[in-house]
Amino acid sequence: MTLGDHISDRVETVPPSGIRRFFELAEEVDDVISLGVGEPDFSAPWAARTAAIDSLERGKTSYTSNRGMRELREAISERVTRYGQEYDPENEIIVTTGASEAVDLAFRAFVDDGDVVAIPQPSYISYTPGAIFAGGDPLPVPTYAEDEFKLTREGLEAAGADEADVLVLCYPNNPTGAVMTDEELADVAAFVREHDLVVLSDEIYADLRYEDDHASIATHPGMRDRTVVFNGFSKAYAMTGLRLGYAMGPPEAIDAMNKVHQYAMLSAPTTAQYAALEALRSCDDAVDEMRREYDRRRRFVLARFEEMGIDCFEAKGAFYVFPEAPDGDDEAFAEGLLEEQNVALVPGSVFGEGGEGHLRVSYATSMRELREAMDRIEAYVNG
Amino acid sequence: MDKQSLLDLLRHDARESVDDIARQLGADADAVAAALEELEDDGVVRGYQAVVDWNRVDDEHVRAQVEVDVELDRETGYEQIARRIARFPEVATLRLVSGDYDFFIEVEGDSMHDISNFISERIAPIPEVTKTVTHFVMDSYKEEGIELGDGDDDDRLSVSP
Repeated sequence: MTLGDHISDRVETVPPSGIRRFFELAEEVDDVISLGVGEPDFSAPWAARTAAIDSLERGKTSYTSNRGMRELREAISERVTRYGQEYDPENEIIVTTGASEAVDLAFRAFVDDGDVVAIPQPSYISYTPGAIFAGGDPLPVPTYAEDEFKLTREGLEAAGADEADVLVLCYPNNPTGAVMTDEELADVAAFVREHDLVVLSDEIYADLRYEDDHASIATHPGMRDRTVVFNGFSKAYAMTGLRLGYAMGPPEAIDAMNKVHQYAMLSAPTTAQYAALEALRSCDDAVDEMRREYDRRRRFVLARFEEMGIDCFEAKGAFYVFPEAPDGDDEAFAEGLLEEQNVALVPGSVFGEGGEGHLRVSYATSMRELREAMDRIEAYVNG
Repeated sequence: MDKQSLLDLLRHDARESVDDIARQLGADADAVAAALEELEDDGVVRGYQAVVDWNRVDDEHVRAQVEVDVELDRETGYEQIARRIARFPEVATLRLVSGDYDFFIEVEGDSMHDISNFISERIAPIPEVTKTVTHFVMDSYKEEGIELGDGDDDDRLSVSP
């Protein structure tokens, strides 16, 4: 027998990640300058790192409670009030191994076989496979450059999302850098209420908005009861490798997710929980500093694309911009740029429908590298 | 033109071109040039200097931090004494501080001997100076907010979701 013949259909049907293929291409090129990275170039704030070290020195290496340390849940509860969110640390918050785990838990908790999961595209690459692994039926909902890649009521209707059971949201968005205001979310919320959908709102980039404050669909009338919000420490606190996120929602939602979590994960990494607690307590200034730096780079990259005559909507969140590929073929452009100028970025088609013809450009890299990369892109475009 | 953001950026890297500063602040290059000139004219920005890791320079370069006690009298204040000390080119930094002593001086020279001579012949004899304590810098780990170690390699995956 060979185990290859016994892979489950759910796993077998999911195609290999397009980003993986591009990673392998980029790995073959020497001295590559990468604008293809989906994580901060900063390290976690030192105060958070020392808290992790201290916890290890004190021998804090056991499991925590399934839902995460009580103190941490309290600090999270306190923190999210700045987004207008109110969740009880007792039974409405669960700490997870990265926001990724939280998203997976929610799929498993809310998706039955054949349930339709509406996923705005282009999208972060994990949602569609996550929905499939849970037995769901992904429904792509395209978003468009002319709408600055915001989700609209018309887009939801056109895609037939009224038949969906679950809607996934991710704003600020990876890969486009799009954000949605309260006004724009109100339309989506109305649609969701009318058609009785569950919303899974991935707000991992909440702290990385450059023109205005974060807006969460969960704070809209009637939405708290039908929404699970995901957030975490990876992006704003530059803690990707510590793997710590959380989910918030009504008690019955968190109970169901905790049921999966307690068997699959037991508890999120203890060391990371100590780091996260300190991050919430004392690292606001470090986050502000990183945000200012990202904002400067964002403007720089947008200005350079504009000067090159490359169309790029003004992305206002996360650390990505999403320009059009000059000749329309994103894969060819990305491969050519990598070969000729040793600059890696990610072709938009990797992120699903509506991504094609665009490029994801991450500015989570130093100004020095960004400047060089933009010079090379310009040389390639003019070459 | 938001001066605070401009200062923020210059403190981070003062070698950016006016064009690149303009791009990063979403401002007009002319406006940036004008704001820079104003900051300089108003004496807000006093200069632009390299942050040097002297350990990596072959020539000997010695620095010392000197604590200076002074005794004021009716005719002489801190300001007057400070002006007198600041004029010496060997003095890189001069601050009036709270605590156990009055002035903090950073002195630079080519050798320990140079610096010792300077303190004993130029600073100690100033009539108001009652005491000096000289600390030679043995090593430096961080200057102007920049760590002087080997730095960390960017070991992130070159392409990631």
